[in-house]
Amino acid sequence: MNYIWLFLIITSFIFAAINGKMTDVVNAMLQSSQAAVKIAFSLIGIMAFWLGIVKIAKTSGLIKIFSNLISPALGLIFKDVNKNSDAYSNIALNFSANALGLTNAATPFGIKAMEDLQKENKGDKKTATNAMCTLLAMNTAGFQLVPATVLAILTASGANNPTEIILPVLIVTTISFICAVVISKILERVF
Amino acid sequence: MQEILNAISVWILPVIISTILIYGTYKKVPLYENFCDGAKEGFWVAIKILPYLIAIIVAVSMFRASGALDFLYNIFKTPLEALKIPADTLALMITRSLSGSATLGLFGEIVNTHGANSYAAKLSAIIAGSSETTFYVIAVYFGAVGIKKYRHAILTGILADIAGIIAAIIISRFFFYS
Repeated sequence: MNYIWLFLIITSFIFAAINGKMTDVVNAMLQSSQAAVKIAFSLIGIMAFWLGIVKIAKTSGLIKIFSNLISPALGLIFKDVNKNSDAYSNIALNFSANALGLTNAATPFGIKAMEDLQKENKGDKKTATNAMCTLLAMNTAGFQLVPATVLAILTASGANNPTEIILPVLIVTTISFICAVVISKILERVF
Repeated sequence: MQEILNAISVWILPVIISTILIYGTYKKVPLYENFCDGAKEGFWVAIKILPYLIAIIVAVSMFRASGALDFLYNIFKTPLEALKIPADTLALMITRSLSGSATLGLFGEIVNTHGANSYAAKLSAIIAGSSETTFYVIAVYFGAVGIKKYRHAILTGILADIAGIIAAIIISRFFFYS
């Protein structure tokens, strides 16, 4: 990320010098920092609203119910994990929190699940097991029911109908989620 | 067909919210207090991403103003136009696996320049909304339990990201391209 950022800024100055656009570049630099603040602040409303709603789901135990619903499916994906392992419920909670867009809440569950899987790791403790790679694949695919941040930016920028992206996002994240799990299952035979 | 799908999109949020509220009431959860408690975090989420947004948006706008971006576009123009992909979204596809905040920053940039109702904004929304930063997730999760040999984890993440981008292009063309 360091180099990408440096590259962007330095090449801008070089190109500006060649094209004689230095004034434009300096103006862009000053104005766009304000644009960034506007975007970030306009996020607050929708993020706050969504996190408030999700907090209710958390306290009422709805997230727990949701994760119970999906644990049988998880049993199919994580065949080689001990049926009594805590890993299942933590993976389910991790998945549910991710699905609701609660990345911050999902991470602790995911790490807990990793620790549970590490207990099951019979081989070298420094080498990832198949189950660990699958759990990671599930997380990198980023399955989401409601993309709250993206919705917030669209709304803040005056989109006529921001919610129209929800279904397409859901379809795309489902596809990449399935791909991630399948690819991980295929590759685990190779590596 | 398109209209039905759009209607589903519009109804997902109301259905989820009413389910949460009704179940909360049934479980006698103090709705109002819980809502406010959770909502407090919204402010900090925005503050947390602000520095990243500024860093990326400033750098990208400078890059664009200098004419460097036009130079790049002219190279990739033909293949992108053939696939009806707005050139601006190319950078988004590359960053999405690398950095979540950069992805959001670029997305904000695209919405800013093309307008929130443009095809570029919608395609970017789908790409940004359906992604998770592969490298960050791998670093955090494997780092937490001391895994040093990642085996196929990174390749899986990258391949799944590519699949996701292809899916995003196809799906958004189906939904939004006119």
